Amino acid sequence: MAEIRIENLRKEFGAFSAVEDSSFVVRDGEFLALLGPSGCGKTTTLRMIAGLELPTSGKIFLGGEDVTFNRARERDIAFVFQLFALYPHMNVRKNIAFPLLAQGVAKAEIRARVEETAKLLQIDHILDRSVSGLAGGDRQRVALGRAIVRRPKCFLMDEPLGTLDAEFRDLMVRELRELHNRIRATTVYVTHDQLEAMAMADKIAVMNHGIIEQFGTPQEIYNRPATMYVADFIGSPPMNFLRFTAGLQKGARSVVVDGVDISVPEIHLDLAESEFALGVRPEDISFSDVSPLRGAVFGSEYHGTNQIVAVEMGKGLVKARVPADQNFRIGETVGLELNYDRLSLFDCTSGRAVPSSRYAEHHHG
Amino acid sequence: MSSVNTAHSVVEPSRTSKRIAATIVIAYAVITMIPLVWIVLTSFKSPPDSISYPPKIVFQPTLEGYCNLFTTRTRQTPEYITSLGAPTSTCDEITRSRNMVIAGPSNYWPRFQNSLVIAFGSTFLAVSLGTLAAYGFSRFKVPLAEDLLFFILSTRMMPPIAVAIPIYLMYRQLGLSDTALGMILLYTAVNVSLAVWLLKGFIDEIPREYEEAAMIDGYTRMQAFFKVVLPQATTGIAATAIFCLIFAWNEYAFAVLLTSGAAQTAPPFIPTIIGEGGQDWPAVAAGTTIFVVPILVFTILLRKQLLRGITFGAVRK
Ligand SMILES: Nc1ncnc2c1ncn2[C@@H]1O[C@H](COP(=O)(O)OP(=O)(O)OP(=O)(O)O)[C@@H](O)[C@H]1O
Ligand SMILES: [Mg+2]
Repeated sequence: MAEIRIENLRKEFGAFSAVEDSSFVVRDGEFLALLGPSGCGKTTTLRMIAGLELPTSGKIFLGGEDVTFNRARERDIAFVFQLFALYPHMNVRKNIAFPLLAQGVAKAEIRARVEETAKLLQIDHILDRSVSGLAGGDRQRVALGRAIVRRPKCFLMDEPLGTLDAEFRDLMVRELRELHNRIRATTVYVTHDQLEAMAMADKIAVMNHGIIEQFGTPQEIYNRPATMYVADFIGSPPMNFLRFTAGLQKGARSVVVDGVDISVPEIHLDLAESEFALGVRPEDISFSDVSPLRGAVFGSEYHGTNQIVAVEMGKGLVKARVPADQNFRIGETVGLELNYDRLSLFDCTSGRAVPSSRYAEHHHG
Repeated sequence: MSSVNTAHSVVEPSRTSKRIAATIVIAYAVITMIPLVWIVLTSFKSPPDSISYPPKIVFQPTLEGYCNLFTTRTRQTPEYITSLGAPTSTCDEITRSRNMVIAGPSNYWPRFQNSLVIAFGSTFLAVSLGTLAAYGFSRFKVPLAEDLLFFILSTRMMPPIAVAIPIYLMYRQLGLSDTALGMILLYTAVNVSLAVWLLKGFIDEIPREYEEAAMIDGYTRMQAFFKVVLPQATTGIAATAIFCLIFAWNEYAFAVLLTSGAAQTAPPFIPTIIGEGGQDWPAVAAGTTIFVVPILVFTILLRKQLLRGITFGAVRK
């Protein structure tokens, strides 16, 4: 097992730049989810770590060793492909044994290790089957088996659950995390599904257009999104933005949105007049008749324990997550109370979060 | 599928159209089979039966054609023949009944062997080279790949016979005339373009992830190619091999021009049988029948791959 360190990694395909200046560290035994929409460069990043693609510039370290220009087979990593890439002309046992054969492991040991791995993944009963007849979940487990049987320095997985149906995905998410807890292998897991990333990862790197927008724990990413993009990408429904134009003063504890004074965490920077957005998670909104921030109920969506109520605020819809027992009439005017403690402020021009006491406590603590 | 049969499906052909299709296919098969059947029948006729008019459908079968194909014979007086004692084989007996004795083996078997060596040798070479080239074109950024592929294909656009004279002169200079090596090289050169194009289609369809997985698992690209790509390309390789083999096996024009003795193949040899001692059609038919067998066996063995080859991998596994 080893630490993965990426320094200023870039990849260009002709004039198109797929990955721009990425840097991050995955500590030994950590599970990193590389999260982002389709085409943002997740696979490209993973392939560079694996050695299937050479970076245009930047460095890759595995366990402290610079492997930027090493061949894939010299890196001692395992890769689980999206479509599993199980060799169709070999049975399950041979598929799992294949990496060990390359290392010249003795026959008896190969047998023992394949069986041990199969037991771990509960596929010991299908070892002698052909891979072409296997169901999605079993194919998934065989692909994992082929990866873990080698005891590599780290695991790279490219949307390994992408082709499974929803119900089975939940099960595999749990299995994968349990497996990780047991073997504690450094893992980079690519996904475009925020729920998967949240459920499994120790750290998440949110990517967009080849740029890592934020790197942090799931809690940091959710509670203190560094950019409007991250705030919008994570959470369902995503964070609401209340846009306003104003100048911000260092030390201020409130902003004025649509003529209403709203308390915010202490602002740590002077900023000239420009467009800003107040970011608020749906669960940080409650309804209050006395609040001066008012809007008309547009519709609601029942979710069992709670409901999502959309409120028309004049500049767009704001979605609030409130207990399911409250009743609203469409068109009814309501007042919104924001949990000021948990608000974020964004500079709409740069898209970045404005430094505030809420964000500072993260940097110091 | 609906259990009610009143509505007809848009995608499934109806029963009537299936019947019409079957009738056409069977009729076509019968028409194309007639010459083949006629050749096989003729090979078992006696020379007089083979040229009788109207043609005989029912006749007394004999192995005379096959005996004549494999032997050379000399005419002898009946007294000499009776002095020889009992005939040693069926062929001996048939030959004596025509007032002849077997003088020795004919050239058919050596020519047939030449055909085997040259056709299989060139097929093996063309398919091996073609597979490697196709893999390269499929997986790597080859400079001018499009132009190179077009160039490879363009060698097929000219009728091969157009270059026959230059090749004849070249081969004479190089000492390749009438050698098996020369013919193998020539047929390989002609077939390799077909092989590259056919195989590139097949290899393009094998996802790169398989090799990448193998390379991450500790194998070199070469090992990944042999252990992971080749086994999955067998369908394409088999189909390509048949196409190459059929061409090399049947090729006549170059064979006539470039081979006359040691390296002569069966196609230019078979017509020469007719001259030896009158119009020996049964011997010619016997030579043709035997000549067809290897391709027939090969094609029947690999018919599934051949079908897939024709549809260019459109039929997925
Ligand atoms: N070999 C290549 N040549 C040219 N462009 C490429 C190549 N590989 C990837 N790209 C481009 O780079 C961008 C990032 O691709 P990448 O596969 O890393 O995205 P991704 O985040 O994995 O997306 P997805 O979720 O769809 O898998 C895409 O726009 C893609 O078209
Ligand atoms: Mg991808």
